[in-house]
Formats: sequence, structure tokens, C-alpha cells
Amino acid sequence: MLKNLSKSSFISFYNPQRVRNLRERIIAITLFGCGVFSILVTIGIIISLFSEAIGFFLRPEVNLITFLTGTNWRPLASQVSPENFGVRPLIRGTLMIAVISGSIALPLGLGSAIYLSEYASDRLRSILKPSLELLAGIPTVVYGYFALSFVTPILKVVLEDQLGIRVSFFNAFSAAVVVGIMIIPIVASISEDAMRAVPRSLREGAYALGATKFEVSTKVVVPAALSGIISAFIIGISRAIGETMAVTIAAGATPRMTLNPLDGIQTMTAFIVQVSFGDAPSGSINGQSIFAVGATLFMMTFVMNIISASILKRFREVYE
Amino acid sequence: MEAEKIISIDTKHYKENISRRNLAEKIFNVILLISVLFGLLMLTVLIIDIAVGGIAWVRPELFENYHSRKPENAGMKSAIAGSIIVILLTGLFSFPVGVGAAIYLEEYAPKNRLTDFINLNINNLAGVPSIVYGMLGLVVFGRMFGLFSKDSWFVNLFNIPIESGATGGWKFFLFDIPWLEIHLPFGRSMVAGALTMSLLILPIVIIASREAIRAVPPSIREGGYALGTTKWHVIGTLVLPIAFPGILTGMILSLSRAIGETAPLIIMGAFTYVPFLPKTVWDQFTVIPIQIYNWITLPQPEYRVHLAAAGILVLLVILFLMNGIAIYLRKKFEIKW
Amino acid sequence: MNLTSNIQSYSINFHDDATIINANQLNIYYSGKLTVENFNLQVPKNKITALIGPSGCGKSSVIRSFNRMNDIIPGFSLEGKIIYKGKNIYSSREDPVRIRRQIGMVFQKPNPFPKSIYENVAFGARVNKYQGNLDELVESSLIQAALWDEVKDKLKESAYALSGGQQQRLCIARAIAVSPDILLMDEPASALDPVATLKIEELMWELKDKYTIVVVTHNMQQASRVSDYTAFMSLDREKIEDRIGVLVEFDETTKLFTNPKLKETEDYITGRFG
Repeated sequence: MLKNLSKSSFISFYNPQRVRNLRERIIAITLFGCGVFSILVTIGIIISLFSEAIGFFLRPEVNLITFLTGTNWRPLASQVSPENFGVRPLIRGTLMIAVISGSIALPLGLGSAIYLSEYASDRLRSILKPSLELLAGIPTVVYGYFALSFVTPILKVVLEDQLGIRVSFFNAFSAAVVVGIMIIPIVASISEDAMRAVPRSLREGAYALGATKFEVSTKVVVPAALSGIISAFIIGISRAIGETMAVTIAAGATPRMTLNPLDGIQTMTAFIVQVSFGDAPSGSINGQSIFAVGATLFMMTFVMNIISASILKRFREVYE
Repeated sequence: MEAEKIISIDTKHYKENISRRNLAEKIFNVILLISVLFGLLMLTVLIIDIAVGGIAWVRPELFENYHSRKPENAGMKSAIAGSIIVILLTGLFSFPVGVGAAIYLEEYAPKNRLTDFINLNINNLAGVPSIVYGMLGLVVFGRMFGLFSKDSWFVNLFNIPIESGATGGWKFFLFDIPWLEIHLPFGRSMVAGALTMSLLILPIVIIASREAIRAVPPSIREGGYALGTTKWHVIGTLVLPIAFPGILTGMILSLSRAIGETAPLIIMGAFTYVPFLPKTVWDQFTVIPIQIYNWITLPQPEYRVHLAAAGILVLLVILFLMNGIAIYLRKKFEIKW
Repeated sequence: MNLTSNIQSYSINFHDDATIINANQLNIYYSGKLTVENFNLQVPKNKITALIGPSGCGKSSVIRSFNRMNDIIPGFSLEGKIIYKGKNIYSSREDPVRIRRQIGMVFQKPNPFPKSIYENVAFGARVNKYQGNLDELVESSLIQAALWDEVKDKLKESAYALSGGQQQRLCIARAIAVSPDILLMDEPASALDPVATLKIEELMWELKDKYTIVVVTHNMQQASRVSDYTAFMSLDREKIEDRIGVLVEFDETTKLFTNPKLKETEDYITGRFG
């Protein structure tokens, strides 16, 4: 190693200074380009989504107001009119998935995080955490399969056969359950990081006052890590909103203003996939409609990510 | 001190309730354990469910045949080939830019607002739904904003000869070597798919590479500078070789994310039925997860249940192998400072 | 005095009624490694006892075993007995939660919770189901900790807005609020400036009527200023490589500092250590 080093620096010692400086400059500029590239990606996303979305809204058949307020989403209807381009059923479907999967993943993720951070021994944690993270690494198409092959049949047996409640084969609930399972590790991992960042001295202070581990966890650690935990919740929900394959496969393809999770619905993402499969030509109203929906989706997740990042930043400033 | 205000604090005022609190402690412990085990239980059930459905259908035909109307003959040869090529290209494209960005942010970036903005932006990109990347890729790589379509202002202005080939655009042959040609726009080719995937995993590659570079202790750099070498020399000969295993691990893990991604490639217009092996990177393609999705949507249970599960098993095995290699590399080259 | 080891040591003895904690042949281990060996100490009631010695000699390990704070450190184990009110606090029948309520602790760095001043003081009372008037308890605790006048108008504000010295007195108030018998202080002034340090020392002096105080300090002047008794710990010289802490000399503070019985103590307090 040392031999190698002295040899190569011997060579560069004989390089003319100017060549060396020029080379350093070129490298620095190239690396700077790589660093700035990510900004270009963001700009690219915004331009490609919004240029097509604006094209969509400039059409005489649609308008922005009925798009945002309308309760009918029938882009393939023979009569192309603004009433058939109301995005709210898709948003309703997306939010239904987000709410149900969130109510599964947030408590379980937080519980897992408290267990991993406060209760598990280092050894147990080193086994449990990677195993839990496997859940996040499984492709979403697999979760879609699992929803149809396992969750829906169970719902059918339990709800339909036993209680007589009608369950559609494609329904929001099965999809939401698997999305919930999928985001448990995300919520758990970020919450656990936040809890582990809480200084040990705070825990000791509470123990020294005669608090039990339960009290230390819930009354000191969780409140102290609260902003990190909230940020984890937002990221988890934003993931559920952007989830595509599981809901496309399991939740159905019928945009519907329903509150019944056992009905088939369609999410924004599922609609985009549906149209892409239909091979809508570019420039057609359907080809453009997916960009209007995509832009709506992007805005929703973008705002959530920004909020969670700023909460997390404030949290880090307190403890680092 | 206002002595008269001191109220004597009597121990008797503390009910303590130790036994009740210890009970609450135990109940809480059980609840927490259940929430951890729920995730692991679901993982186990999922794997068993898929194995039961698909293990008998993992047979030579799955790897040797294309999709067929007869389930017993159906395979996913083209999807496997497509996945492998797309992943290799994705690695090829995302590695230099991702590692370059990581080196810039760790070693070069001054502490200013631009750097803060880049960091914020990378974190944000990591949270953008994958389907949005598909739409980005469709517009930028797939269609190239329509610049090369038949009657675009660009084509008319420069009088570009437009072919109506697979991608319908402009085609350069470099030195008459077939794989050294460039098609504009990229259309539904593997190049377009891989570029989209590269953008998708770029934030993860950058974040993982930064961690690997940051793990190299500053003393190494100082040692290098003390010998009177340039910055790039120190980074290229000292920092990067030490950080390389970590970067490679992060790279493999990022690619394992890409290999399971379905939605962006569907948006890009990847096909579900590709009855040939690709000859060049400009060919149309399909990938394993799209093939699985296609099978899930077919009505016959042989496809919907068994072939889909068999495809998932293959996909999961590939994923576990990639993760295994990554963990092996990390363990093998792990250096404790 | 010493039973098992050939280490020279000296301890004064008290009548049992005059002591509140008796540490009996303690061996403290972390992950199987012996850290403190054969430690015996009788802590006198309503006095201030200082624990001094070079860094790494196990002072903190000893004081943290007096209220079972070490239990939360993985790999900790202990042999021997610590008798408090006639019972061994390490017996399986004793609950560490109750022990810690009765034997309070103040730490090196002020560690207020990220809550309001009021909630900091009320924390221990709330978890231990205090039956009396919480407002009065908070007020009287803050008065005893000599902090009331400085914070009485901003009880709802965050504890993080206080200065380091104020935060440490808040931590003392928080510890007093659960009405302990003993206050363990682990280098309570090491993170504070000289003025804040003096305030803490003065406070300790005022508190000793009601509480027994055990204070770990690396500052010999502080020990000589505030304490009634001083225990000097050091590393076992026979096995210096193993870094095992032992008690060398325990005596009235004035005697220990003016007329140490052992040469090792004299070397340390006159700065000739090592």
C-alpha cells in the first residue's frame, strides 16, 4: 500500500503543475455535475408531468374546476365531457388505502420501534431488525399476489360466509392490509432511529425517579422522539399513497365514491397503470389524463415529504 | 428562603402501586412483542403461501419457454433475460453518476445553501413514488418530448430523416456495429427502461455511497495530504479503494430494489408478451415482475395462482441472492476503525 | 478490616443506627470483567459522604449500584450485598423501581426532560401516584432546590430554556420531589461553571438535614468543602493493568485530608499520584 502510494505520487510529482491543476479542475467540475444532477431529475419530473398535465387542462373537454371537484371518473366513456373527468373518486380510493393501511402500520410500526429501541437486547435487535426490513424489500407485485391469494379469501370466509357481509373479490381492504404490512418496516425503522437518538441520560433521569420501563418508554422516550415519529408516520402514509402494484392488482379498477372498504375501488396509481397498459397514444386525452393524475399524486406526496423532512430536521437540531 | 412555604413531603403520599405498574409493564411488553412478531409472521405466511402455490411450477419450462397459451408450456425466458439486461444497464448508468454525486457531497461540497438544497432534493427524490419516475422516463427517454416524431418542429427544422422502425425515430449506426447504434427517441427499449430505473435508484445509490465514503476515517485523508498529493489523488488512491466494498454493497442493494420494480416499466410501455430474446439493447423487452403481473391478471388459476407464484419464487430467489452477496461483501470487507 | 485481599485499606466504623446504607463486599462486573473489588462502605445518615479518586477507579460504578441504576446497563452484574433499611436492595424480592424512588440520583450532566419546568418536577410524582397536591409539591421542591424564585413565573416554559446550573438544580428539585431518603450525586457540578458549582455545593449543605447525600467528585477541593466524610477509591496497585477499583481509605473528611492513614491517600491528595 505504502509502496504503491509512493510510486504513484512519484509519477504525479513529475507531472507539470499546470496539467495536474487542470485535471483536478476537470474532475471537480465533473463531480459537481453529478451532485447537481439530482436537481435536474427533479426539474425533469416537474416539467414532464406538468407539461402534459397542462396540455390536458387546455383541452376543451376538461377543466380544472370539475377535475378537482367532480365525483365521476369515466375517462373511457363515449361522451367526453368535463363531468366525466372528476378526479375525486381516485383520490377517495387512494386515501381509503392510505387510512386503512396507516391504521395498521402506524401502531404496529411504532410498537415494533419501541420494542427494538427500548426492550430488545442488542443481539435480538440485530436479528429482528433486518428480518423486519425484509418486508420492505419484497417487490410490491408480490404483495398484490398475496392480497388476492391469502387476504381476500380470508375476508371472504370470515366476513361473507360467517357474517353475511358481501365482499368483492377486488376490494380496497385486502389491498390496504398488504400495503400496511409493506410500510410497517418504514415506520418502524425511522421511528426507531428517532428513539435511539434520544440521549440515554434522559432515560436514566426517569429511571432514577422510580419509573418503570413502560413509563420511561411512553412518558419520556416517545414524547422526546415525537417529531421523528410523526415524520415516520408521514413518510409511511406517503408511501401508501404512491403504492402502485399491490393496489392495481388487488383493489380493482372501478373508480367509485364509496366509503365501503369491501368494495372495489381505483386509486390514482392504479388508473395510471390501467391506461398505460391500454397503450393510449401520446397526445390523446387518455394519454394526457394520466399526467394530470400523476401530477396530483406527485404534489400530494411531495408536500408530505417536505413536511416530514422539515419536522425531522428540527428534531435533529435538538439532539445533535 | 421562605421557610414557612416548605411543605413537608411525606412518603405516605406516594401510593407507588408497584405491582399494578409491573403488570402494566408486562402487558405492554407483550403488546410490543406482538407488533414485532406480526410483521415477521406475515413474512412467513407470505413465503409459505407463495411456495405452496408455485414450487411445483418451478420447472425447466419456466426458464426455457416464452409465455404460452397453454399454461403447462408457459415460461418467462424473455422476462428473465430482460430483467438481467435491464439491471446490468441500470447499474452501468447509475454507478458513475451516483458515486460521483456521493464523492462531490462528501469530499468537495462547500457548506452552503446549494449543498443544503441538493441534500434536501435527494431526500425528496427518495420519497417520490416509483410510478412518477415511470412518467418522467416516458416523456424524457421514451418520447423525448416528441422531438423526433414525424412532424415535430425539430424534425422539420433540421430536416431529420425519420425512420418508422421499432422506436420510430432517428437511428445512428456507429462504425456499423449493431450494438453501437443510437435510436432517438429511446422508445420502449431496454435503454429507456434502464435509464428510468437509474433515476429511480439514484437517490439510494447516492445515500449508500455517501455512507461508505463517510466511514473512511479523516486520518487516512490527512495521511495522504501530508505526502503532498492532490485532492483527487487522495480520494482516488486512498479513500475510494477503502470505500469501494461499501459502495458496491449499496449498489447491489439498490439494484435489488430495481429488479422488483414493476410500475415504472409498465408506464414506459414495456410489453407483457415478448416471444423473443432481445438482440440489442434497443429491442423491446419485458421483465420478471411484469410477467408475474400479467399472469396474475389472467383468469385461469394455472396462470393466476401457480405460474405467478412460480415467477415470484424465481424473483425472490434472485433478490435473496443479491442481498446475500451484499451482506457477504459487507462482512468480508468490514473494517473496524 | 479487609477480609479477603491483601490490599491495605482503612475504614472507620459506625454504629448501625447511624448508617443508612451498608455496602458489603461488593464485586462489580461489566460483561464479566471485574471493575470494583471487595468494596465495603457504611454511609452515615444525614451526612454528606464524598467519593473521590482518580478517573476510572469505579466511583460511578459504586454510586450507580446504590440505587440499582446499573441494572439498565447490559452486561452488569454484582456480588455482595447493599443493605438499606435492613434489607438487601439486590435481593430478588426488592423492586428496583421502589428502590430508585427512595434513593434518588442526580447525574453528571443536567438531564431535564424536554418538557416544561413544572412537568419535570412533577414527573416522578405522577408516575409514583402522588396523592397530595401536585402544585404544592412542585413549589416546595423548587424552593428546596433554591430555584423557585428564578422560575416561579415561567413554570410552563421548557426546561431547556434554563442555564446549565439552573437545569442541574431543576434535576435536584425533580429528585427531591419523590421524597427520597438518599440523594446520590454523580459529579453533579462537573459540567458547570464555578459560580453554578458553588450554588450546587451550598444547596447540598442545606439539603443534608433532610437527606443523606453521597456525592462522587473528582474535585478534591469540592470534597473537602462540602462533605462530612470522604471515601478515597483507587486502582488496585497489585493488578494495575486490570484496572480494578478498590476502596483505600474512608474517614472523616477533615481527618482524611489533614492526616491520612495511608501513604496512597496522602500521595493522591497532595497530588503525587501516579
